[in-house]
Amino acid sequence: MSTKSFSRTQHMVFWVGWIFFGLVLAGLLNSLAGMSGKNALSFGMVLSGIAQLSAWSAVFSCRTVPLAKTPAWRLLLTHLAAAVVLTLVWVKIGYIISMQLDPLPKWEGIYLQYAHRTGLLYGAGVFYYLLSVAVTYALIAQQASQEAQDRAVESIARAREAELSALKAQINPHFLYNSLNSISALTSIDPARAREMCVALADFLRFTLGMGEKRAIPLAEEVSLLEKYCAIEKVRFGDRLTIEKEIADDAKACLLPPLLLQPLFENAVVHGIAQIPEGGWIRLSAARQADRLALTVENSWDPEAGSSRRNGVGLKNVQRRLEARYGNAAQLQAQAEDDVFRVSLVFPAETEEKK
Amino acid sequence: MSASRQRWKALIVDDEELARKLLREMLSSHPEIEIAAECGNGMEAVKSAAEHKPDLLFLDVQMPKLTGFDVLELIERDNVGVIFVTAYDQYAMKAFEVHAVDYLLKPFSRERFEAALERAKHQKPKKEVDAAELAAAARPSGEFAERIVVKDGTKVTLIPVLKLDYVEALDDYVSLVTEGKKHLKQQTISGLELALDPRLFVRIHRSYLVNLERVTRIEPYGKDSKVAILTNGVRLPVSRAGYARLKTLLDEKN
Repeated sequence: MSTKSFSRTQHMVFWVGWIFFGLVLAGLLNSLAGMSGKNALSFGMVLSGIAQLSAWSAVFSCRTVPLAKTPAWRLLLTHLAAAVVLTLVWVKIGYIISMQLDPLPKWEGIYLQYAHRTGLLYGAGVFYYLLSVAVTYALIAQQASQEAQDRAVESIARAREAELSALKAQINPHFLYNSLNSISALTSIDPARAREMCVALADFLRFTLGMGEKRAIPLAEEVSLLEKYCAIEKVRFGDRLTIEKEIADDAKACLLPPLLLQPLFENAVVHGIAQIPEGGWIRLSAARQADRLALTVENSWDPEAGSSRRNGVGLKNVQRRLEARYGNAAQLQAQAEDDVFRVSLVFPAETEEKK
Repeated sequence: MSASRQRWKALIVDDEELARKLLREMLSSHPEIEIAAECGNGMEAVKSAAEHKPDLLFLDVQMPKLTGFDVLELIERDNVGVIFVTAYDQYAMKAFEVHAVDYLLKPFSRERFEAALERAKHQKPKKEVDAAELAAAARPSGEFAERIVVKDGTKVTLIPVLKLDYVEALDDYVSLVTEGKKHLKQQTISGLELALDPRLFVRIHRSYLVNLERVTRIEPYGKDSKVAILTNGVRLPVSRAGYARLKTLLDEKN
């Protein structure tokens, strides 16, 4: 697509250059070489047409010595040498044409008029070639920036796609089946709790499935989802699971992509708590630091359980979603320290959805 | 075994209390089955199995420390009917089916439970099911064992594979060498080789499997054999085929 637009612009430049340089040459030949207006115009146009061919060749020399990657002396040397050689040939062709035209009655005297003023033409030729080099570099740069823009648009689209698929993958089937098994056990042991668990699970699902359409939700809402999730997991794990929260009041209204923290909690349960026979804790802390929101999810962790690899998928999803929304302005850090696994997120604190 | 007259001793192994209660409840209508013990994790299960010698084992797959597969590998399995109980796990399910092991998917119905129980009671226990092989089959392709379980008497040791220096074959056993200590395990070296990541462990010799990270250099030894020297100075023989494998692996890395 971009190479097409490149050649289209180049065509336009070609025609504009022809007419512009042809008029300049006609003016010079008319005023300084004493050619008749009509002759100067026709001859100037012919010379300009030939000059366009050498201007066209600037594309190749510009490609062999890219502006950003070539030392200045080499740039200068390459283009000056090309300018001199091409101009010499160009002026020579002018000689031959004027020589052929001279015998014709309408063109009488053109050879001498031309030959007297070749110095002028050398200057104009070199100048015009260097001008076309400059234009070519400008075109190349424009093309590169167009391509970069295309790429950026594409990567934004891809990030959005990743975000959506991350959302869809959010509900872990394991979680669902285990929860249903707990309900199945509770129906005879403790029917009231079975009903509670059904409601909690329904709440969680409704919330999760409804999130797909929203781009961002306040932290307070995400926390309430996490509470539902933990309530369900607490039925399964009983005393083995302890939840701690420390959420600053001014952080509650900050926006974040929905279900950003949920996979971190799920990791904490699956790779942390579930791997420790006596269980453990999950702690969420949230605080505003000036214009940034800092979130930390920590959990007890058994370094010897060594299920580190699968942990990566959830984390990578969270990272990708942060990147999609905040670019370089977001940081995610995950580290295991002794028997604590900690994931820290820092990103711009927003309280209003940007358009 | 005859199913009709015998009393059955069962062991319930699951890290979730509710899941254990559910099994207990379903078993309550079977007076011929006595629940010898409930275990909340794999370690307890191994201990309990040695103590109670159960006839039936209800075994959760995902548990802390030791998985259900690990437990199966570590217990005396003659005459034990094993029923795996697991939530959705596509890989495990496929493995169970391939190895014709009984299993219950959580949540399960009464009928499904009864059917599995009947089968476990009547079927001759399959000694030929290799627990390590079953565990390997239950892993998604491209994933490998992260640790190896070894039982020494009553003591169970977990060896992270990255801490393994090398493995030596000793007939039906393998000797796992880690940090200067040797652990014996009843397994073939070829079986173990399959469980380990081939990018990390190389079979340099019929009898040796080495952690690539531990190899510092290879030296010629005798006429046409070579010897690998490990970071701790241990020298291991390298066969010609082993040298070729080592070379391709190192070439891939560079």
